[in-house]
Amino acid sequence: MGLLSKKDAKLITDPLTDNNPITIQVLGICSALAITAELKASIVMSVSVLFVLGLGNVVISLMRNIIPSKIRIIVQLIVVATLVIIVDLVLKAFAYELSKTLSVFVGLIITNCIIMGRFEAFALGNGPWKSFLDGVGNSLGYAVILIIVGFFRELLGSGTLLGIQVLGDPIEKTGLYAFGYENNGFMLLSPMALIVVGLIIWVQRSRNQALIEEN
Amino acid sequence: MSKKTDSNSYTMIFAIGMVLVVGSLLAFLASSLKPNISENKRIEKQQNILYAMGVNENDASNAIFVSTSVAEQEFQKYIKKQLVIEGDNFSEDEKAYMIDVKKEKSKAKNGGTRKLPLFVGEKDGETFYIAPIRGKGLWDAIWGYVAMDENMIVQGAYFDHKGETPGLGANIKYRFFMDDFKGEHLLDASGNFKGIRVAKGNNDPKNDEKTDYEVDAIAGATITGDGVSAMIKSDLKLYVDYFKTLKQ
Repeated sequence: MGLLSKKDAKLITDPLTDNNPITIQVLGICSALAITAELKASIVMSVSVLFVLGLGNVVISLMRNIIPSKIRIIVQLIVVATLVIIVDLVLKAFAYELSKTLSVFVGLIITNCIIMGRFEAFALGNGPWKSFLDGVGNSLGYAVILIIVGFFRELLGSGTLLGIQVLGDPIEKTGLYAFGYENNGFMLLSPMALIVVGLIIWVQRSRNQALIEEN
Repeated sequence: MSKKTDSNSYTMIFAIGMVLVVGSLLAFLASSLKPNISENKRIEKQQNILYAMGVNENDASNAIFVSTSVAEQEFQKYIKKQLVIEGDNFSEDEKAYMIDVKKEKSKAKNGGTRKLPLFVGEKDGETFYIAPIRGKGLWDAIWGYVAMDENMIVQGAYFDHKGETPGLGANIKYRFFMDDFKGEHLLDASGNFKGIRVAKGNNDPKNDEKTDYEVDAIAGATITGDGVSAMIKSDLKLYVDYFKTLKQ
């Protein structure tokens, strides 16, 4: 990578694999469970988090020397809430239909532990550029898991991907359904997201034994 | 180790400063964008009402409104009358669609008379009566518009929500759910109000039965579905008397 030094590049690539926010840091699980019943919602949430975390990390990093340590968590919360509300208001005024799609996610973004986690763990101690990269890297790592989970839940639960029926029509009994295949409605419920995330963690740790904690 | 940012007075000043800055920034933004936002909401209402009576740009599977630039025009063209029903009286009011259903509901709860808006639309020689409904989903408010003919047989429905779970309850605004309501009867043969229940396992996934007072529910969205049943029952019932006057 010519643009980024090796150290900077690691800030982006690490969260994608061995320091993934969901599977390793175990942050942002709540939203991973809540909104992965369909692929589209996973993608929208990922993009929103990318935006808020990238920007929020920069803002917190710029303020890191003036934030009183006693109330830093409250300050972080205010920064992320303000950012999200500004975006929401601007979208409502100028891109109303997009804002309708996103409005459900607003609350989820503000309370997303990944955002607070990265503010606290990284942006408070690093410069703006590095913090920006860390924000982007972590939201991409978050996105990867969300999209994998969303893919399987929508495919197995509804037989669709991005709303398009890929396995045939379950009511008219065409495609796979002609052979007696049925959608697994259980996949649409939150516990199955937890199980899918668990499977991803299992695969990841068996491929990289160094990730397994000793006790 | 004592930094200047650790002192109590600094913390207080910082907190006050931050609240002032953020508070005034958001207040300024909210009030300067308010006209745009309420205009967008007004147009959305028109689009919703038109959608329910079948004036929309739907493609094979997606629900698409008439575009915002023509919504006003189309609304004037298709909506012939806007009625406000108050008790036994009704009057015309061309701003009836701006009536806040939420406020009217709480008024009724406190013992007042509720204003019921009803929009009369005409398309291809058919008359549609469109009523707004509002209720509670799992997380927050849900609402919708139901278009009926003079026998209270549903001709079209539009549902929306504030914060239902994406992929589950949020699917009430998708065609596969809304379209099921078309043709469903709200009254039984002797004219009593039955409502339409969002039912699990009604053995009618293709929705061929139009007089079973049931439509197929969405898996994983039981509470939102119950909310839809409840708001249809509580809100459309209020219009039965008006529909009786149409028969006289």
